[in-house]
Amino acid sequence: MSLPATSGAAGEFRALAPPLAKDGLLRLTPLNQRRLANFRHNKRGYWSFWIFLVLFVLSLFAEFIANDRPLIASYEGELLFPIFNDYPESKFGGFLARTDYRDPFIADEIKAHGWMLWPPIHYSYRTIERALPTPAPSPPTWMLTKAQCTAAAARVLAPGKPNNGCADIEWNWLGTDDQGRDVAARLIYGFRISVLFGLALASISSVVGVAAGAVQGYFGGWTDLVMQRLIEIWSSVPQLYLLIILSSIITPSFFVLLGTLLIFSWVSLVHVVRAEFLRARNFEYVTAARALGLSNARIMVKHVLPNAMVATLTFLPFVLNGSISTLTALDFLGFGLPSGSASLGELLLEGESNLQAPWLGLTGFFVIAIMLSLLIFIGEAVRDAFDPRKTIA
Amino acid sequence: MSEAPLLEVRDLRVAFRQSGAEFPAVKGIGFSLARGRTLAIVGESGSGKSVTALSILRLLPPAAHVSGSALFKGEDILKCDEKRLRAIRGNAVTMVFQEPMTSLNPLHTIARQIGEILELHGARKGPALTQRIVELLTEVGIPDPAQRLSAYPHQLSGGQRQRVMIAMGLANRPDLFIADEPTTALDVTVQAQILTLLKDLQSRHDMAMLFITHDLNIVRKLADDVAVMQRGEIVEAGSVERIFKSPQHPYTQALLAAEPKGNPPKSDPSAPVVLEARDVRVHFPIKRGLLRRTIGAVKAVDGVSLKLRQGETIGVVGESGSGKTTLGLAVLRLIRSQGPIVYLGQRIDGLSFKAMRPRRRDMQIVFQDPYGSLSPRLSIADIVAEGLIAQGTRLNLAERREIVARALADTGLDPAAMDRYPHEFSGGQRQRVAIARAMVLEPKFVVLDEPTSALDMSVQAQIVDLLRQLQEKRSLAYLFISHDLRVVRALANEIVVMRQGKVVEQGAAAEIFANPRSDYTRALFAAAFAIEADRSGVVAQ
Repeated sequence: MSLPATSGAAGEFRALAPPLAKDGLLRLTPLNQRRLANFRHNKRGYWSFWIFLVLFVLSLFAEFIANDRPLIASYEGELLFPIFNDYPESKFGGFLARTDYRDPFIADEIKAHGWMLWPPIHYSYRTIERALPTPAPSPPTWMLTKAQCTAAAARVLAPGKPNNGCADIEWNWLGTDDQGRDVAARLIYGFRISVLFGLALASISSVVGVAAGAVQGYFGGWTDLVMQRLIEIWSSVPQLYLLIILSSIITPSFFVLLGTLLIFSWVSLVHVVRAEFLRARNFEYVTAARALGLSNARIMVKHVLPNAMVATLTFLPFVLNGSISTLTALDFLGFGLPSGSASLGELLLEGESNLQAPWLGLTGFFVIAIMLSLLIFIGEAVRDAFDPRKTIA
Repeated sequence: MSEAPLLEVRDLRVAFRQSGAEFPAVKGIGFSLARGRTLAIVGESGSGKSVTALSILRLLPPAAHVSGSALFKGEDILKCDEKRLRAIRGNAVTMVFQEPMTSLNPLHTIARQIGEILELHGARKGPALTQRIVELLTEVGIPDPAQRLSAYPHQLSGGQRQRVMIAMGLANRPDLFIADEPTTALDVTVQAQILTLLKDLQSRHDMAMLFITHDLNIVRKLADDVAVMQRGEIVEAGSVERIFKSPQHPYTQALLAAEPKGNPPKSDPSAPVVLEARDVRVHFPIKRGLLRRTIGAVKAVDGVSLKLRQGETIGVVGESGSGKTTLGLAVLRLIRSQGPIVYLGQRIDGLSFKAMRPRRRDMQIVFQDPYGSLSPRLSIADIVAEGLIAQGTRLNLAERREIVARALADTGLDPAAMDRYPHEFSGGQRQRVAIARAMVLEPKFVVLDEPTSALDMSVQAQIVDLLRQLQEKRSLAYLFISHDLRVVRALANEIVVMRQGKVVEQGAAAEIFANPRSDYTRALFAAAFAIEADRSGVVAQ
């Protein structure tokens, strides 16, 4: 009884605020929980999201899936990592500056003094297969006749000796293109560069577009009027011609293309964000924030932007798709990435100029169609998730 | 009462399905209504009164499950087919809704909208149709009806739009007229006019009227019978005289006692002046022509002077469009104005937006609409803490949360709920959050812009008590803007009566309430306290 009470009654100070809930890294608000549930409820979009995510993450490790050098090699007791390091060929008794591990001479040499661990596909996107069973473009190996296989295997192994046919040659799962490069390998690299390019372009242009739209909508008046007119003039510039002219002056690379496309693509989100800001700037909670003495920048970021994000997020998947198809289109026309780089557009172009090799065009078509469809399904699910009227029935 | 009632509702149940669960909105109610009588259904928001009205005409969304029966002239409306239902709707039973701004189609003229309902249920065409429309508009008191035929809804005032809605309701001489809070969105003066019109029309046409409201004053004035609803059930029903004289159910008693009451704290003439404004004017230029020359100005506020002392309240009253809110925004320097404004001995009328920012700590505002004034994407802790962050108080997260929790507790909210979002709170609770947001900075001067107008009657009284309590504790100065004179009487020491931007009457509240000098003030008082319509034409239509 002599102990002082430890509860709040005795102390002058008693904390009224409840402790901050800390359950895990993702403290999801009830609203976001409902959105997540809505997203999951759209089965097609949810599955598309996972399929796309798996494909994208796999393609990020393209070097470990399709490469013309082994992952690990052991040579004379020394452990080598050819995938990370360039070893001169002199190490293995050759004379080139960089080792061609696919060269039968080097391969035999390493096998004799150790072992090699190869990725599943023994080609990189630019590896040229020299021992093609048919003249390039050659069809997928599983489409070859036994005679073609046997002849090819004989050329690689020992001429004249009997061999196991198709089992003895390196497989081109999807055939090769007109320069003898493995289509499957080019596909993996091309998918990666398309998605990365699309993501980069969509996210940078959204940031620029949202910022521009926010400023226009929030301040309105002359700011809005002048910027709107500028944007109208800007977006009436014929993009494609400008890109063609530019690509004849500067060698297009990933970043040059990203920059030039960005000059025009940021406009796409401005209208949506501007409209949302124009609507929201007269809401009472914005006036209330102003009465609290908040700066314009803070009002825009903290009070208006979250309420304008729904429209933006709904549009984002379509901006992403647009970015990917733009790159593909440019590559197809030959104004995109430098020739030789892995790109889906170039694959389509090869398919178009080699109609006798339908595996080129068909592969390109299916990969692009499936990729864009997956993204659209995800976009639909995102839209559902942010739809305030949608309830889980 | 030998004749059968016109409408008899038995065991009406309505439930909404959401996420697989059923939420009952109406739990088995019954009432009857005879020709020529008015039944008022009274209750707070969420009590199921509007749902009841909508379910009688089967206007609820498909997610609602309705059971029971609603016998209209012996025929069960809830069971008849779609074709029969369409014959009843707009013909024998009509309805007027709360919001006159959105219940008329903005793209059609009023003649076309009234004409449509006549054509649908009758065979009138051509000149006979036009003549009938003019008759109806005359009946609901639209001036110069023949000229107004081709007017679009935006060319009419709120009260006039509601009159047009009533004309549409009357078009086919209905037997039953359902009015769902027809005056809640209107000014007190216009409300009085509309109610007088409704009562008049009802007795003239011998209609039965089902009147949904949350305002007991209207019930007393208008209805013959009352049904009090609480959480989907009728807790008490009976004649108006009996319910008002001897309410039996505790909820009815609480509703009747919920009028905003009490008196403002005494003002102290020696207290320091917090805010003084002299001849404040807010003019919006009207620009015309190619060169955008200013050809005139809308004088939203035209020469208002006021002097507000610590611990005092000035009530600003007037109809909508009289410039009350503009005045409030002007003294806070949220919009541009002319005329000196002196705040704590310092002139603030020339300061820029940026220079005003540190001074905003002492001067705050609470808005009318508790749904629009809280950002839906911030938790209430974030909403209240925003001012603390903006004013650069050096606090860590825990200290800030503690201050926010105290501010919420001061306004009667549970601090444990501070991490929730606005949509999880009721209107009254949201208004408390808005008050806490203003009070957390410990201001000296607060503009209250109709803080009770969007709330239920019983909640209004609670908010008024809270505001008075906060004022006494912190000796705050209030500028209280309202069209509701009952609330103003409970809070204000001094009153400014405004009309079209100008001050009509200004002085001590007690004096003006006892002895209003101008006709306009008298009309306002009559409308607010006795719900009597002004016929002299000083107020808006």
